[in-house]
Amino acid sequence: MGDILDILTTAAFWAAAIRIATPLIFGTLGELICERAGVLNLGIEGIMTAGALTGWLSVYLGADLATGVLLAALVGVVFGLLHGLFTVPLGLSQHVTGIGITLLATSLSYFVYRVVLPDTSSPPRIDAFPPVAAELGGIPVLGPLLFQQTALTWLALLAVIVVAYVLYRTPVGLAVRTVGENPAAAEAQGIDVTVVRIGAVMVGSALMAVGGAFLTMSAFNAFFFEMVNGRGWICIALVVFASWQPGKALLGALLFGAFDAYQVRLQQTVGSLVPYQLFLMLPYLLSILALVVMSRRAAYPKALMIPYRKGER
Amino acid sequence: MVRFGRRLALCMMGALAAGFAAADASAQDKVSVAAVYTVPIEQQWVSRIHLALNAAKERGEIDYVYSENVANTDYERVMREYAEQGADLIIGEAFGVERGARNVAAQYPETAFLMGSSLPAQEPNFAVFDNYIQEAAYLTGIVAGSVTKSGLIGMVGGYPIPEVNRLMNAFMDGAREVRPDIKFSVTFIGSWYDPPKAKEAAFAMVDGGADVLYAERFGVSDAAKERGVYAIGNVIDTAADYPGTVIASALWHMEPTIEKAVEAVRSGSFKAESYGVYSHMQYGGSSLAPMDPAIVGQETIDLVEEKTQAILDGSLVVEIDDAEPQSTL
Repeated sequence: MGDILDILTTAAFWAAAIRIATPLIFGTLGELICERAGVLNLGIEGIMTAGALTGWLSVYLGADLATGVLLAALVGVVFGLLHGLFTVPLGLSQHVTGIGITLLATSLSYFVYRVVLPDTSSPPRIDAFPPVAAELGGIPVLGPLLFQQTALTWLALLAVIVVAYVLYRTPVGLAVRTVGENPAAAEAQGIDVTVVRIGAVMVGSALMAVGGAFLTMSAFNAFFFEMVNGRGWICIALVVFASWQPGKALLGALLFGAFDAYQVRLQQTVGSLVPYQLFLMLPYLLSILALVVMSRRAAYPKALMIPYRKGER
Repeated sequence: MVRFGRRLALCMMGALAAGFAAADASAQDKVSVAAVYTVPIEQQWVSRIHLALNAAKERGEIDYVYSENVANTDYERVMREYAEQGADLIIGEAFGVERGARNVAAQYPETAFLMGSSLPAQEPNFAVFDNYIQEAAYLTGIVAGSVTKSGLIGMVGGYPIPEVNRLMNAFMDGAREVRPDIKFSVTFIGSWYDPPKAKEAAFAMVDGGADVLYAERFGVSDAAKERGVYAIGNVIDTAADYPGTVIASALWHMEPTIEKAVEAVRSGSFKAESYGVYSHMQYGGSSLAPMDPAIVGQETIDLVEEKTQAILDGSLVVEIDDAEPQSTL
């Protein structure tokens, strides 16, 4: 029993939790921005895949790491624009469009991959992001927790602060929140609902793509088919868990990362007594439980998934 | 004039038909092979089949086409398409579609099917193969057991299916052979391609004291490299990508299986049998990647060599155990 709890006190465990949480932080923030503006973006899984491919491929073809991340974000912006155009001015079903974007972005990524690398036995590796300050890694607790993480993890943490600040402390953030709550009121204030919504979806999608790029440029150093492996869908649930608030999104992602890091360690202590599938289920089960508890008081954006048509009563 | 013209036309048609027949005959020298993979060709397992088929194509023995990343729900349709197009030999993996694949094979008795499967062959044309490389896996276990200092070996797998289990079990037997008190920590990540997740599982094992990792999935060797522990490769040779980290690998060679099957199809003697044995060391279906004496020690290399001989002359039989491997408590 002692072993089981001891895991929680090791710095390596918390470092792993933050690492696992990083792509989820990006994805959840991205989805949160879209939904705050009133647009559900189910294209997230595909946009993360496209970001994972773009970031890795750019570096493989000679770009530096920062450029790779920027290009990944740019691809996210393009898919965001596509999703925005279909769902905002055309007012099409956000569910169907989102799933369509996921299928398109995923297949397109695989297609591009195969065109560039028609016949490989194992995907080529890139030099991924190094720890931000490996020499400080020896510092107890803070070393593994922060200094051995890569620049993208720092970017994710920074993004939480920036998104929270912009949403709550700037006119742009107010506009985003208003078009998601009451677009008619926003319109009356002279805010162009269409532009703000599409813009929010583009920015949100960029963050999702960077989350995908983390997988191929930091967590690992090559691209594989299907490697996003449902992380996008987890982000959708985390947004609800977070009650559409950036701070709670960070908390939710960290909690999920901690559950996941915990279950792999738990498997080693009591692994032969319990089927491994139960451990793999653990983060999802606990997330559902947390979701049930947290979402009771969640206030979702009032105009979420409702297309805005000018002048319509 | 008219009659002459008609006769000429008939002659020409005859000549054309003969020409086609000749072209057909020369095409028949080559066996047309179609492969249907449920995973991308980068996947370790399938990459070995792809490699062997490409080699046969290079030698001019076969025409080779393939479809990769075919979902199990699409599998039968793609098999049928290739059968309808007249492929002589269809190769694939029936693991997730055993019943469907066998049904399709029964409907195309003229076509030869060679499928990865843990189940027996099916008359008249459904032959099976599998990665029976437990002997080489056993030998890598000996290496792992010799180099570990902590006595704890971490093993990360995708899913506990027979193809994974039998190699893990043989590996564990080999390690116990040199060090009976050795402990294992076994984890499955529930995915074939989630290298970040495999890496996290491997990190957790190193944190728990493992100093040798069995790399069933991509990502494990990367964790070993970052943490400065050893890794044992599986199916493919990744030693060049991880020098000093991957110290031994059990390699699978599909060439003997493919050569046998292509020859059988060409000579018309293809039967519903198990080709599994052609993955054994005796037939060159598996081998051990070269090892560095500076890392694993000459004694270990000698021991492995001795066991290899015993396997080849039949005095040592490595057990095939498809049960799910368990962690040692």
